Amino acid sequence: MTLLAVERIKLFSTRSPWWCAALALVITVGITALIAANTSTEFPLTVGVTQAFYTFGMYVVLVMAALAITTEYRFSTIRATFLAVPNRISALLAKTVVVSLLAGVIGELVAFGSWGISKLIKPDVNIAINTAQEWRNVAGVGAVFFVGAIFAIAIGTLLRHTAGAVALLLVWALVVESLVGIIPKIGDDIQRWMPFVNGNRFLTAGTEPFPGEPVINYPFGAWGSLGYFAAISVGLLIVAFVVAKRRDA
Amino acid sequence: MIEAKRLSKHYGRTVAVDDLSFTVNPGRVTGFLGPNGAGKSTTMRMILGLDRPNGGDVLIDGQHYAGLKHPLRKVGALLDAKWVHPNRSARAHLRWLAKSNRLPVSRVDEVLEMVGLTAVAGKRAGGFSLGMSQRLGVAGALLGDPEILLFDEPVNGLDPEGILWIRQLMHRLADDGRTVFVSSHLLSEMAQTAQDLIVIGRGKLIAATTTEQFIHDATEDRVRVRSPQASRLRELLAGQALVADDAVDGALVVHGLAASVVGEVAAENGIVLHELSPQRGSLEEAFMQLTKESVDYHAHD
Amino acid sequence: MIEAIGLTKRYGKTVAVDDLSFSVAPGKVTGFLGPNGAGKSTTMRMILGLDRPTSGKVLIDGKPYAGLHRPLRTVGALLDAKWVHPNRSARAHLRWLAKSNGLPARRVDEVLETVGLTAVAGKRAGGYSLGMSQRLGIAAALLGDPQVLLFDEPVNGLDPEGILWIRNFMQGLAAEGRTVLVSSHLLSEMALTASDLVVIGKGKLISQSTTQEFVERSSEASVKVRSPQLGALGPLLVDKGFTVRDNGDTSLSVSGATSDQIGDIVAANGFVLHELSPQRGSLEEAFMQLTGDAVEYHAEIGK
Repeated sequence: MTLLAVERIKLFSTRSPWWCAALALVITVGITALIAANTSTEFPLTVGVTQAFYTFGMYVVLVMAALAITTEYRFSTIRATFLAVPNRISALLAKTVVVSLLAGVIGELVAFGSWGISKLIKPDVNIAINTAQEWRNVAGVGAVFFVGAIFAIAIGTLLRHTAGAVALLLVWALVVESLVGIIPKIGDDIQRWMPFVNGNRFLTAGTEPFPGEPVINYPFGAWGSLGYFAAISVGLLIVAFVVAKRRDA
Repeated sequence: MIEAKRLSKHYGRTVAVDDLSFTVNPGRVTGFLGPNGAGKSTTMRMILGLDRPNGGDVLIDGQHYAGLKHPLRKVGALLDAKWVHPNRSARAHLRWLAKSNRLPVSRVDEVLEMVGLTAVAGKRAGGFSLGMSQRLGVAGALLGDPEILLFDEPVNGLDPEGILWIRQLMHRLADDGRTVFVSSHLLSEMAQTAQDLIVIGRGKLIAATTTEQFIHDATEDRVRVRSPQASRLRELLAGQALVADDAVDGALVVHGLAASVVGEVAAENGIVLHELSPQRGSLEEAFMQLTKESVDYHAHD
Repeated sequence: MIEAIGLTKRYGKTVAVDDLSFSVAPGKVTGFLGPNGAGKSTTMRMILGLDRPTSGKVLIDGKPYAGLHRPLRTVGALLDAKWVHPNRSARAHLRWLAKSNGLPARRVDEVLETVGLTAVAGKRAGGYSLGMSQRLGIAAALLGDPQVLLFDEPVNGLDPEGILWIRNFMQGLAAEGRTVLVSSHLLSEMALTASDLVVIGKGKLISQSTTQEFVERSSEASVKVRSPQLGALGPLLVDKGFTVRDNGDTSLSVSGATSDQIGDIVAANGFVLHELSPQRGSLEEAFMQLTGDAVEYHAEIGK
């Protein structure tokens, strides 16, 4: 518990988490508001539509999570951390928990914020959250942010450099995972194993695909996809921790 | 020769330098001392025309820095070793400096050799240690073979060999008849380096004198005496001086008498001396004595 | 107490620290000296468990750093004053450190007071001058009231008052029975601060002794003599078999004799002394002599 308090003090004694949270909210809720205002009978507002833009906020949160560790290396505070807590894995684990929880909270704010603004803009359209699938689609965003943050911290710990970690994360999540499907023959087979694609699948399983969205034959059900995404992220985190433990600080 | 005449600089309501006048003479190493916030850096920057005085004037051999035709040939300065583009090599950095003052490229290799950076001259300066950056800064200052040299904390980041080297370099430059002006906080180092001192506090001049005189004026001379007949000697001296005991080895410490006087007293009375060492005050003691009131951040024990 | 036993660190084919053994005793300020590239920083980092030795070990009160329960309560270290997030305030930086080792929050205010940063404790550390950062680093080292203290170039960026303060402070810590290890390049400063020395060069131990022994061992002792009867005294001392040099300023430098011997001769012959002072070499001279071939970058000295 002590170490969690330590990481909480560290996280909130700089301004960047506040800025990241605000940015994630403003971007996602803002875009959702624009879309909601322009829905029509051909393109109706649904619960799924209110959550379709969570990825914008997620990218901001991925960057925040990676920065939480790379700035420690950048400013050498990682050394002060390891001096105070020589058990490096405990120290890094505490950071992962605190940052991922914050990411999860931001995810929930983003999800319910987007839903709420849509409701405000189109009070007449029924977008009540009723079914289990709808709850998963909205409340699940926090879980995806949580797992995504773990993934980002693992990458940040491995690479140690802000520019490299952020570039890798964004290129991976934005470009590689969506373009891998273009590869002839094997593309689809690879894509269905991609971590963020599976995170998305957890949220959207059971909804109508948007026009033009590729139809993927997923290996798991909704919760299985989340589990798979989490397993990949935690696996990567373990690798990162082992490397950090062995490396000279 | 550097002459400051009634130099003043304020930032808003904060007075950094206040009616400061002094002269730095050629052929000597002159130390520039003062507590943090005394206005040393501001003064250095005004000498080099980087900051504009609010009042007064500072002249280099009678001219403003800005009026010098080839300033690097007249004045060499090392203010901050990190004023180098990190991706530029040491040689490239010196080459553009040389070019800007129409100095031959051959001079670049000469100064690189002088500071011992020839082997790494092609590497990017961003990868240099603080000590290597400092040597590059010194090379930049020496480039134009200037008559006047300004150094701000020159030993910063240097190892013992580098510290000895730069001290000897400064002495040599002064012996050549150049004006050498060095700002530093390391008083034990400055005591070995500077022949003259300019001491400021809160932007005002506190002292401008030789190092020897400065120490002499602010500290009390003592004489350390050891003798097999110490108690007899103590009695004899008691009337004319304050005699204390050295805490470590029990030697007598005589305050307020010259060593020669103690020696005469001992000889007249047939007292054997095993030691008769005049103890000089340190530059640090003298400095603390004179700048007591002008310190910014006080720590507590 | 710090003990290094056969400590070795290699980076690829470069040997940074080579079979280094030494111990740092409590109750004294021990200086840690060596030219650039001698392996001082690497050794300090291995003491603190930041770098992993290739072989050998280093123990603090018998335990490796990583084995200490609440390490900041045993060891305080100032390695680099810039190891602070620039957007974090000094107080927040110390608060998380205190929290991590179960130290009460009031301890933060105590150490801020000790180093004289109370007034600026709420400001972001990125805006601090080097001297203020250094004080913050010292505050962090003191936080756990540790028995063992490590300082790397502690006077860096401090002004004369700060330098005097930290010197007195380190000696005070040692007088309380703590172990104080200080690495520095400023030999004139170390001569005033350290009573013991560990000197390394090219990763190997060059010397471990008291500062006085170190200086005496490697510099020639002489005695400076002044007297109104110098003309008679000089030849007399030569006759006794001592080496006498005229300094040209009405004083003689005598080597091969102690000041006691000279004093006895002077008294026996009824001469008057105006000065009889044993001249000690400087720490710098001794250091240069012993580490001469262990230096990385040689600059051109002399013409």
